Amino acid sequence: MSAKRNLETISTSSSNSVAPSAAAREPRATQTRPTLVAGATEDIKPVSHLERNPGVPLDLDAVRSIHVNRSAVERRAATIPTRRTVKKQWQAAWLLRAVTLIDLTTLAGDDTPGNVRRLCAKARRPLRDDLERSLGLTELGLQVGAVCVYHALVRTAVDALAGTSVPVAAVSAGFPAGLSPVEQRLDEIRASVADGAREIDIVITRAHVLTGNWQALYDEVRAFRDACGDAHMKAILATGELATLNNVARASVVAMQAGADFIKTSTGKEGINATLSFALVMARMIREYRDQTGYAVGFKPAGGIRSAKSVLEYMYLMKDELGDRWLRPDLFRIGASALLTDIERQLEHFVTGRYAASHRMPMP
Amino acid sequence: MNDMSSVAEIFESLEYGPAPESDKDALAWLSKHEHVFGHFIGGRWTQPAETFDVFNPATRESLARVSQGTARDVNAAVAAARAALPSWRGLTPHARARWLYALARGVQKHSRLLAVLESMDNGKSIRETRDIDIPLVARHFYHHAGWAQLLDAEFPGYHGVGVVGQIIPWNFPLLMLAWKVAPALAAGCTIVIKPAEFTPLTALLFAELAADIGLPPGVLNVLTGDGETGKLIVDHPDVDKIAFTGSTEVGRAIRRATAGSGKRLSLELGGKSPFIVYDDADLDSVVEGVVDAIWFNQGQVCCAGSRLLAQEGIALKLEAKLRARMEKLRIGPPLDKAVDMGAIVAPVQLERIRALVRQGVDEGARMWQPSWACPTEGYFYPPTLFTDVSPSSTIAQVEIFGPVLVSMTFRTPEESVALANNTPYGLAASLWTESINLALDIAPQLKCGVVWVNSTNLFDAAAGFGGYRESGFGREGGREGLYEYLTRDVGGGMRDTGEQPPATRHSPVVTHPQYPGTANSPPIDRTPKLFIGGKQARPDSGYTRRILGPNGEIVGEAGEGNRKDIRNAVEAAHAAYKAWSKAAGHNRAQILYYIAENLASRSAEFANRIQLMTGRDPDDANRELEAAVSRLFTYGAWADKYDGAVHSVPIRGVAIAMNEPIGVLGITCPNELPLLGFVSLVAPAIATGNTVVVVPSEPHPLSATDFYSVLETSDVPAGVVNIVTGGKDALSTVMSEHDDVEGMWYFGRAEGVKAVEYASASNMKRTWATAHARDWFDAGDGEGREFLRQATQVKNIWVPYGE
Repeated sequence: MSAKRNLETISTSSSNSVAPSAAAREPRATQTRPTLVAGATEDIKPVSHLERNPGVPLDLDAVRSIHVNRSAVERRAATIPTRRTVKKQWQAAWLLRAVTLIDLTTLAGDDTPGNVRRLCAKARRPLRDDLERSLGLTELGLQVGAVCVYHALVRTAVDALAGTSVPVAAVSAGFPAGLSPVEQRLDEIRASVADGAREIDIVITRAHVLTGNWQALYDEVRAFRDACGDAHMKAILATGELATLNNVARASVVAMQAGADFIKTSTGKEGINATLSFALVMARMIREYRDQTGYAVGFKPAGGIRSAKSVLEYMYLMKDELGDRWLRPDLFRIGASALLTDIERQLEHFVTGRYAASHRMPMP
Repeated sequence: MNDMSSVAEIFESLEYGPAPESDKDALAWLSKHEHVFGHFIGGRWTQPAETFDVFNPATRESLARVSQGTARDVNAAVAAARAALPSWRGLTPHARARWLYALARGVQKHSRLLAVLESMDNGKSIRETRDIDIPLVARHFYHHAGWAQLLDAEFPGYHGVGVVGQIIPWNFPLLMLAWKVAPALAAGCTIVIKPAEFTPLTALLFAELAADIGLPPGVLNVLTGDGETGKLIVDHPDVDKIAFTGSTEVGRAIRRATAGSGKRLSLELGGKSPFIVYDDADLDSVVEGVVDAIWFNQGQVCCAGSRLLAQEGIALKLEAKLRARMEKLRIGPPLDKAVDMGAIVAPVQLERIRALVRQGVDEGARMWQPSWACPTEGYFYPPTLFTDVSPSSTIAQVEIFGPVLVSMTFRTPEESVALANNTPYGLAASLWTESINLALDIAPQLKCGVVWVNSTNLFDAAAGFGGYRESGFGREGGREGLYEYLTRDVGGGMRDTGEQPPATRHSPVVTHPQYPGTANSPPIDRTPKLFIGGKQARPDSGYTRRILGPNGEIVGEAGEGNRKDIRNAVEAAHAAYKAWSKAAGHNRAQILYYIAENLASRSAEFANRIQLMTGRDPDDANRELEAAVSRLFTYGAWADKYDGAVHSVPIRGVAIAMNEPIGVLGITCPNELPLLGFVSLVAPAIATGNTVVVVPSEPHPLSATDFYSVLETSDVPAGVVNIVTGGKDALSTVMSEHDDVEGMWYFGRAEGVKAVEYASASNMKRTWATAHARDWFDAGDGEGREFLRQATQVKNIWVPYGE
């Protein structure tokens, strides 16, 4: 197992560092604190550059010792939206952060250079100018996390985003089913990277998970990672097709061991896409992998996240399960398209106090 | 972070901000009442008097003043309930169902007001009141609207017990009201209920709601006040039943106060429930389970999983995960929609928690609390984890009733059961494993009324809730809960047994020949010993007593059992319990039939003995013998048929209601019918898996002593039935006081009932004590489900499933 090299930069609440001896702090209720609500608030740490997860040798013990209790996971997932909420300027700020986490995506059979350029234009300027001004954000230079397209449109997107730092992500490797010949999938990854994609969203072969062939899964993801080179790799598990949460957890661990920079729920094409239950299981595996190896792997829920309310729920989950460090785009992305418009509507409501209309937001 | 934080600042910090639920409507309701309340008696509000403050524990501000219920108030409330009883009881089941339905709808229509008021009054978070308490309240009324509708069809031969006095705690104020009020109304009872003095407001709002829907006056009376008011209700002679939820200490006092009063009693008391984690559990889910177990409602939950028992190999990993999770919990104003924990109900409770935590630290346990500090405005206490705790630590034994978890380890499943059961309590348990074999093996071994597999604190109106041991008795919810408010119809009313205190014991010194015999062929002495652990044992006292016939003639002698014989018999019964309670129903049936067979083969001898002792005519004696044989067949029949149930609860999973034996049962037989009385009580007890210590008919014990050899020849395992002859009341008191006897049946006279019920409070054993006569020959009166229900307690095992 690799040394725990990143732990200092990403540690959130290791008990040693934050907890003085218990006896010294008793009794507690006499202590004062400026805020009325007590709760975990982490120091704002500088956003450090993370070392990429290089992967580790396949560890089948780690895979086989996984136990996920579906009913218990679903109970926890069900209370994430009911235990947390943000209101007023907190909600506005959280939604602005959400904008920076979006992989603005179009993955349709009828994509053309035209609609991809339109998407890229929205990625450059995700909010209406007047909204940005009202929110006092003109300095922030707000932009989305990435633009995500099919390989055929990578070059179009790269050109359209020239002069920005918004990366282009390509769904390569036989998206969405991942059943084309391995060599073709590897070639597609290399081609996307060559065309300028800085991020590659690969899909795994679901059959390897369903048949318990962890070695094959590991080898496949490892090969994709090697083909990605410097491009960051997001491994799409297609959780809706993995049958059980135990399988989702096992596939998450193998993908991380094989060097995934992110693990991602869905292609958006499965019958069930991102859910809080899937996200919870994957986040817990990311935490476990970090505890075991010291490497921080990112998470990307995708598919079905269309409302501002829904994206906030995923953010609560990340904050409470993994910590604030996982609320930045190098460790958290949301695959979405319609979401951005709903966020804009909520922000306009915050600014004006009136409920907003979609048609007033420039469409992506 | 304050209200002036800019969007740009929050964008960087991404903190949670305040998210308050409005208290406007709740305050408006309090204002409408000018923040002062009388009692709700006979459908009207009394003039407020002797008021005391009700505080918001999160702000320490007074919310309202409520009245201290006096003897006059209690008398008026009981009188109103009594006056309303005939017409309420006389309603059709459907009419009562409509009233309960209206209450359910009323709760739903005002759900947010109730949730906000509850949060302000108790200090628990609005998330809990909004998402858990109030929906469960509505669910309880809906479910019992259903029972009201089905009452005649599903409980033929039963009717409501009458006027019930209900005393409820402060931790789930309105939910506990619902658990008490809904089944009582469904059963046709009328109610005097007293909410806790810390948290009376939602009960008062509920009373107003009941008045709004037009619930007939006097059916529901709400009295406020402290323990003194509660005591007045408990002691009131015109109350037919007391239902109490609260501490074991108060429950014990109520048991003693009501002893011999004829009042029915159900008690839901304290707990120190184990939360058992095996090494194949989903540890991340376990952590959330712990959050829901001990940090739910600030740990002020009677069934809180407060003792974490973790398998040694995963204990450290689990503790680390727990600490990380605790660091993320948010504590704050209860009306904030984004807090996990609110305030402790009152300063006295906060001080109790602090003192116990201090004691834990002093005793050497290692305490850990998160780095953040609690708000200082109200009564807050942070989530607390103790490790390095041993079963002998105070904090491992005492119910803290706060957000304090104590953690211990175990090596094997067997040891986990031993540690789990190492407590006087027995309310609930939570066990976590991915192995169905392990889960279903362990759950029946835990001495408690509720077991949650891979879950915790799940409640539903369809599944009974209640404890074993000193966590009380009776169930709330489900079919089993409804019986607590029902009583059997007895044609012609109850008559007394007419048993008299025994005359002074006859001198055992024999001054003239007892039995016919001649000098050449003197009688062989046949004085029976006691029957303990399958052996005939000499009484410890070394005394025998004479048994007289109807005309005062000596018909035999019997051993004079004493407290040491009872002690030995209880030990023998315990030794036999494990195997007997686990024996298949079919096995037990075979043995009961075999007893019947062997008894029948000695009919003439047994009938003759009855005749000799009682002077009844031969036909009558023979009739008793035949009835006893038939009764053994009845329970042979029942032994493999007294099934539990699978409750329909709103989860993906099942709640299995198992009828479990009480344990070691003390049985004191009626004086009349020396054989049938004995068989009618022993047979249902052992058919359901109990082992018994029996004191047979005091004046006529020889049918039972003749029974020794029947038991010996019928494959009854040693210790399952133990028989101690002697003074009925003295031996009953010893059994009732015995802390290792789990249940006590007594059929005798009123003074004996009182003594048994009073003494039973030592370990809160289940009692079934009566001075009412029964028609033991009658199948409706002398056998059947009532006996089986008394011989068992229901354990609900919740098993969520899904891969």
